[in-house]
Amino acid sequence: MSIDKETVGKIARLARIKVTEDDKEVLAGELTNILTMIEELNAVDTKGVEPMTSVVQMQLHERADEVTDGGIPEKILKNAPEETAGFFVVPKVVE
Amino acid sequence: MTNLTHLTIRAALDGLEKKDFTATELVDAHIAAAEAARGLNCFITETFDAAREQAKAADERYAKGEALPLDGIPVAMKDLFCTEGVQTTAASKILEGFKPPYESTVSGQMKRDGAITLGKANLDEFAMGSSNGTSAFGGVVNPWKRKGDNRDLVPGGSSGGSAAAVAARIAMGATGTDTGGSIRQPAAFCGITGIKPTYGRCSRFGVIAFASSLDQPGPFGRTAEDCALLLKSMAGYDAKDSTSVNAPVPDYAASIGQSVKGLKVGVPKEYRVEGTNEEIIALWDKGVEMLKDAGAEIVDVSLPHTKYALQTYYVIAPAECSSNLARYDGVRFGLRVEGDNLIDTYENTRAQGFGAEVRRRILIGTYVLSAGYYDAYYNQARRVRKLIWQDFIDAYKQCDVLLTPTAPTPAFAIGENLQDPVTMYLNDIFTIPASMAGMPGMSLPVGLSADGLPLGLQLIGQPFAEETLFKAASALEKAANFTDLPQTLMGKAA
Repeated sequence: MSIDKETVGKIARLARIKVTEDDKEVLAGELTNILTMIEELNAVDTKGVEPMTSVVQMQLHERADEVTDGGIPEKILKNAPEETAGFFVVPKVVE
Repeated sequence: MTNLTHLTIRAALDGLEKKDFTATELVDAHIAAAEAARGLNCFITETFDAAREQAKAADERYAKGEALPLDGIPVAMKDLFCTEGVQTTAASKILEGFKPPYESTVSGQMKRDGAITLGKANLDEFAMGSSNGTSAFGGVVNPWKRKGDNRDLVPGGSSGGSAAAVAARIAMGATGTDTGGSIRQPAAFCGITGIKPTYGRCSRFGVIAFASSLDQPGPFGRTAEDCALLLKSMAGYDAKDSTSVNAPVPDYAASIGQSVKGLKVGVPKEYRVEGTNEEIIALWDKGVEMLKDAGAEIVDVSLPHTKYALQTYYVIAPAECSSNLARYDGVRFGLRVEGDNLIDTYENTRAQGFGAEVRRRILIGTYVLSAGYYDAYYNQARRVRKLIWQDFIDAYKQCDVLLTPTAPTPAFAIGENLQDPVTMYLNDIFTIPASMAGMPGMSLPVGLSADGLPLGLQLIGQPFAEETLFKAASALEKAANFTDLPQTLMGKAA
């Protein structure tokens, strides 16, 4: 399958990355090449094979559901591009 | 006095213990080497002042006879490990200026054991690349050069700064991370040793995520023994990483020098792929002979799904990357580029913050995970991944370790292989299968190409059988007796 400019625009929107029209053209070609390589996987017979999630053959660990950390708002906010009164600041989302 | 920057970690620890020199002298010698080799661009952030302070503390411990296992050893820390209060960028503009309020488990354990970080080593942006060419802070230059050719070569990637620093005698060892070959391929390109442990052996906590089902930290050194000493410090169970495996950490260095008599070494026929450099194939044959001469038994094995590993990787790694990198939204840390509204701010931030390769992988990952394609691409890749894993399990019924080349070519010049992303991806053709299966893999230098560049071979082991890898690697190391130095260092050795 080939990826056209319009599809690049659609997935760029899903990925929340602004892409210029010129870049869409280039990306369409590059992504098509990658996809062509990926599609070689269709030749593999995988009937009855379970998709693999983890190579580690183990049960996930469980722990008690309790608070073990916290009370460090200044640390959490230290790298924020914008903060005020202990909150992250974002552009207005509700008019 | 001995040239301190040319010592192995083992020799340096002995020298420090015997008070032949101090940690301060050792660290100062490496800082001087780093300053002289700034042109290689190994570090994104230097932490020399902190290193000098830590060296003083190490000297006090040596004086009191309370030295730690790696006390005073100067290392390079890949800038993918979060280090408390020290800028951590993943070589991306989107994280420029980010100072983590916490420490990664691996870097914390190394600090606990007395290792001294000289700086945060350069890498491909978010560890995505095979040449270090995607770093937002400029590429790293390999200290090796082709004979009679002055062009700068790449150190490999993604852990290029780490590998170049160890090869250039700037650091005695380094940390790396390996998702599809990011420790092993740069180790091969720079003529040093590196090991990607079994998935789950070293904690991923505080390691900036690329593809979480594949990412695994590991060490670089100039000998197998040095890697063993570093891995001992880096490895271990961590409740903060849900895929960390709770198994005791053995004394890896005890495996060095053990006999490989009777060890079954598998040679997978599928790794004889077309397009591989002939010198590398010849070196592989030589490596087989070396292990045979050391008493190992050679077994021909087959890993039939090898030729699909690269394709599988380029579905799974981008899929996980697109999900992991969704957190860079310009709200909580890193770069923010304002827009007309929140979505516009996200889109501007991510457009300016991510480089071309990272953007490509996020887009491919988003595509293969999108509705309608999820089963055809992502699930099919996960099924093939299972078959690749099964190949290894089947092969290990006949052998203990596998011997293969590490990379299909020696280091290439900066700017070569850029015509098409897929050409660059082929660099990892021999390292990706073990990554997909979570198996430990190690690269060590075994010879030089005709034009004077180091060539590496890869040993792949069974899950959590790093000790067997170290045993085999030390036998191969002894037979290969690789003592060549990068041309830029010739005449400077003691």
